[in-house]
Amino acid sequence: MKKMIALVLALAMALTMTAFATAEDAGTIKIGVIGPMTGAAATYGTAVANGAQIAAEEINALGGVQLELLVQDDEHDAEKAINAYNTVMDGGAQFILGTVTTSPCIAVAAQAYEERVFMLTPSASSTEVTDGKDNVYQVCFTDPAQGTASAEMISEKALGTKIGVIYNSSDAYSTGIYQAFEAKATELGLEVVTAQAFASDDNADFSVQLSACKNAGADLVFLPIYYTPASLILAQAKSMEYAPVFFGVDGMDGILTLEGFDASLAEGVMLLTPFSAASTDEKTQAFVAKYQEAFGETPNQFAADAYDGIYALYTAVQNAGITAETSPEDACELLIAQFPTLQIDGLTGALAWETSGEVTKTPNVYVIEGGVYVKME
Amino acid sequence: MISLLSYLCNGISLGSVYAIIALGYTMVYGIAKMLNFAHGDVIMIGAYVTFCAIQYLGLPPMVSVLLAMVACTLLGVIIERLAYKPLRQASSLAVLITAIGMSYLLQNVALLLWGSNPKSFPSVVNLGSLSFFDGQLLISGETIVTVVMNIIIMVGLTLFTGKTKMGKAMRVVAEDKGAAELMGINVNLTISITFAIGSALAAVAGVLLCSAYPTLMPTTGSMPGIKAFTAAVFGGIGSIPGAMLGGILLGVIEILGKAYISTELGDAIVFAVLIVVLLVRPTGLLGKPVREKV
Repeated sequence: MKKMIALVLALAMALTMTAFATAEDAGTIKIGVIGPMTGAAATYGTAVANGAQIAAEEINALGGVQLELLVQDDEHDAEKAINAYNTVMDGGAQFILGTVTTSPCIAVAAQAYEERVFMLTPSASSTEVTDGKDNVYQVCFTDPAQGTASAEMISEKALGTKIGVIYNSSDAYSTGIYQAFEAKATELGLEVVTAQAFASDDNADFSVQLSACKNAGADLVFLPIYYTPASLILAQAKSMEYAPVFFGVDGMDGILTLEGFDASLAEGVMLLTPFSAASTDEKTQAFVAKYQEAFGETPNQFAADAYDGIYALYTAVQNAGITAETSPEDACELLIAQFPTLQIDGLTGALAWETSGEVTKTPNVYVIEGGVYVKME
Repeated sequence: MISLLSYLCNGISLGSVYAIIALGYTMVYGIAKMLNFAHGDVIMIGAYVTFCAIQYLGLPPMVSVLLAMVACTLLGVIIERLAYKPLRQASSLAVLITAIGMSYLLQNVALLLWGSNPKSFPSVVNLGSLSFFDGQLLISGETIVTVVMNIIIMVGLTLFTGKTKMGKAMRVVAEDKGAAELMGINVNLTISITFAIGSALAAVAGVLLCSAYPTLMPTTGSMPGIKAFTAAVFGGIGSIPGAMLGGILLGVIEILGKAYISTELGDAIVFAVLIVVLLVRPTGLLGKPVREKV
């Protein structure tokens, strides 16, 4: 009799425990988000964290699978990124959205590959991030893809005949785009008259590079750089009275959100980017409104990439039936199987993935007219 | 020929910005005998204060600059009182490390207050640019104002330290703190005032730096700060005309190096020249050779 009671009690306990476990765990999937939240690259990290948070809140409001983001700061430093990675994994993360910037991402990807943890980087665009690693996927374009697409666009629309380039040789992003651009431009018969480098993120004086472009007679200057140095280039070109067509890539997006920036400087600037906060489609408008309300800023493409990244992960998690119980190793294999089959209609276009981890989506070209982006058809 | 002239002008325009920061460095070093590594960051704070005054309060540029000067003066005095004064008797290494710590503290406070997004600084200079040779050579209004401000500050500081009672006290403190104290000079007050003046100059430098190169973020002051420190050493640290000469030369060397050698090696060339100058003249171009007392 006693044995009987003990058995019943044990059974009851086991049942309630599993019941508790399912009720609690089916929901909360933990995602590690790593990026620079402080320091010089903090703009990008905070945008990613904010964009991811908006997506997670939307998904959690739907009920069903719940997402919890474990956000860690890597200060755009490879060593600190590894620490951040270890912290989120210790905190129970099952896969990673990150990291945001290229060099820390390469370091973390190497370790995640060893430990079989899935990574989806919203914005680290170097091919080095995904090379030889089946567990790393990108939401953003690769650098070469942007360079190639820019050259095609310039050739197709006959935007310029003599092309000057100003790029940051200390930055893998900028150099990668420039190299692919030059190769494609030569192939298409565009004349690259001069390529001028600068070697530091802190560089503030571009008078020499601009003079070289001016003296070489460049009528289009390609700027595969971020918008902060680009804003300086535009201001200095104006004071030199040099007015070629400036053509930027996704790093140029955000120039109009620069507080205090004189938008007339950017008049006629063209840029190739998958996302623009000025876009008029409903989805983008809703996202921009939510973002502005929550964080008081206009979202840039990093925020949009992170938003799309969370939705891609969410879709893959549902398709693969990943629960809170799934170990990071198992989740990794399941997600690797899922990603090449995904079709996401996101803020940054229609996304699909190659098995290499590279994304395919259509870039748009915008022209800045009167302080707003106008899509070029 | 015109392109050489235009590179020279660009060099002077960059150099004049270095010079105006270097004046603050050299002033504090010359009197307090300490390297205030936080100087570059006081500059950044000055620029932010000006930015906020213009952008959010809608004040006219001149009033904003004055406001920034007051804010930076207060900040400089507070930093000196809290961080450096307790270390008056400590080794110079301890003070140096404190200054580096202060520099990071200011950068991170700015990050908290104003966020990491860069801001585009509206130029406070309303002057058009001067044009020569049918517009082939242009000198911007910012350059003209910066050079003029440099000369005013340089002359002003030289007169101040040479003629006024406080200035003389500063020179005595620079020479020998102990003897100055015995002569009835309030050494602490003198050093505090030095910091106050240095920080007020930092505000002006910040405004001119950001008018010429209009991006403003928490790290804006650090690289120009290092370059200006180099300029001050180059010209002879402690020497007021030396700071100006060093700054201008540094800017010209940087631009010419970029133009004729490599755009990527600008900084390397600058620092290589510094090493050569220090090997030949260890006290810098205008520094007084110090005889070792035995």
